[in-house]
Amino acid sequence: MCGIVGLFAKSLELEESLGEHLAAMLTQMSGRGPDSAGIAVYRNPAPFGSSKLTLFSPDPLEDWEALCQELGARFGGSPEASVRSSHAVILVDAEAADAEAWVREAHPDLRVMSAGQAIEIYKETGRPEEFVSRFDLASFQGSHALGHTRMATESRVTTEGSHPFSTGLDLCLVHNGSLSNHNRLRERLRREGIAFQTENDSEVAAGYLAWRLREGASLEEALEACLEDLDGFYTFLVGTLDGFAVLRDGIACKPAVIAETDDWVAMASEWRAIATLPGAAEAREWEPAPGVAYAWERAKV
Amino acid sequence: MTATEAVGAAVEVVDLAVTPLRELNQRLHDLADQTAGPERWRVLNPNGAHAVACGLDAKLEVEIEGHVGYYCAGMNKLAAVRVHGNAGTGLAENLMSGTVTVDGNASQSAGATGRGGLLVVHGDAAARCGISMKGIDIVVRGSVGHMSAFMAQRGRLVVCGDAGDALGDSIYEARLYVRGDVAGLGADCVEKELRDEHAAELRELLLQAGLGDVDPREFRRYGSARQLYTFKVDNAAAY
Repeated sequence: MCGIVGLFAKSLELEESLGEHLAAMLTQMSGRGPDSAGIAVYRNPAPFGSSKLTLFSPDPLEDWEALCQELGARFGGSPEASVRSSHAVILVDAEAADAEAWVREAHPDLRVMSAGQAIEIYKETGRPEEFVSRFDLASFQGSHALGHTRMATESRVTTEGSHPFSTGLDLCLVHNGSLSNHNRLRERLRREGIAFQTENDSEVAAGYLAWRLREGASLEEALEACLEDLDGFYTFLVGTLDGFAVLRDGIACKPAVIAETDDWVAMASEWRAIATLPGAAEAREWEPAPGVAYAWERAKV
Repeated sequence: MTATEAVGAAVEVVDLAVTPLRELNQRLHDLADQTAGPERWRVLNPNGAHAVACGLDAKLEVEIEGHVGYYCAGMNKLAAVRVHGNAGTGLAENLMSGTVTVDGNASQSAGATGRGGLLVVHGDAAARCGISMKGIDIVVRGSVGHMSAFMAQRGRLVVCGDAGDALGDSIYEARLYVRGDVAGLGADCVEKELRDEHAAELRELLLQAGLGDVDPREFRRYGSARQLYTFKVDNAAAY
């Protein structure tokens, strides 16, 4: 069991209160996943020519200031770290992929949680309620966000094993379910050059999507390919720069509900997470069909 | 005008935004052992809570105003429970008797293992509706998802819309009626002739479900080919 939530703002008011609503949804899913919690928030896009990294350090005394100076020396500008608990968000004057590669190389002790223009991923072990206050979720504004509460089944309870998993620039995945062919698939993906940090099955799904997208598939095509190549049970919620997508396996044992009003689109494992949102009682609500990808995107201007 | 208002009897109102769910269920359970107590209940703000009004064992009428979570009205005996909203997984699981009605949609495994009584879903029911049903009657105004009536043993499943893939897989002696398209039949499930006695029982079920406007002759009947399990015709009377 795990809990999934996703919230996509359609009004300015909802964007301004996104974190507050995300916190309420995540707290409702605490019982489904008391081991760890995490979120991906899309907000404050980095200015053109720069990019945004979210980094995690297990060291509470991590010297983020020194790291910023190194980044400045390497890529120019004067980056500043916005620190929340064990995580820091840093704007870098470089392409996201270059900045990410540099951090991996120069600071193997740090974890790159996410890289891109707008994405920020935060995740930690411990109860979702603690996560919500520790990372001050209520203060987040943003265009859309997704979250996860984890009940570990396939691998250890660690920060790295928590969700969301980055699947590429501005992309991430949360998963409820379990995959049975993840070991073989991980080896196959490693041969394709995809790196893994854990023994976690969901990370393999994230790596699989990253690989498909790298090979030129559209998000929809990559999701449809999951139905062929991933063996197991899953409800996936995938975050993109412009929105999010939902996919359930063909058996659809793992729950999912979607609801929509004029102000928001929400996805969750259970209705009680969505019931916390304003106007939920009047929302159009349905259960996503098995094996069908659903996607929402902000209209491109 | 709702049914509650029409009768005008005193209605016990419980607001789950204020009252703990366990307290509501305990009060409803207490009525199984005594005759005194409110017979009509109205539950406000369920907000997707699990196990609302489950395990009832008294002739009560319970109206729930909003969406419910898992296992609503599970194991129900005698009571009439109505959800004015949608229901999560396992609605009316193991229903024994009485009626459970949902105005909206029901998630997967609605009416699972039910032994008696009537479940009515006015919207759609998701996957595995009526899985392992053992005597319950289920009427769905909309469509049902895949693997519905899986290993169904007894009772009747009526679907006014379409049925998903693998309908009635490994079915025993339940009777299935579908008005729309069937995406696919499961192992040992076959279409059978809809004779007059079937149209008559279908009419009766639709009337009980408040769907008297639906024509029984528009349905097709499905049931077991009796090739997969050790059915012996000598024992037919036992089913």
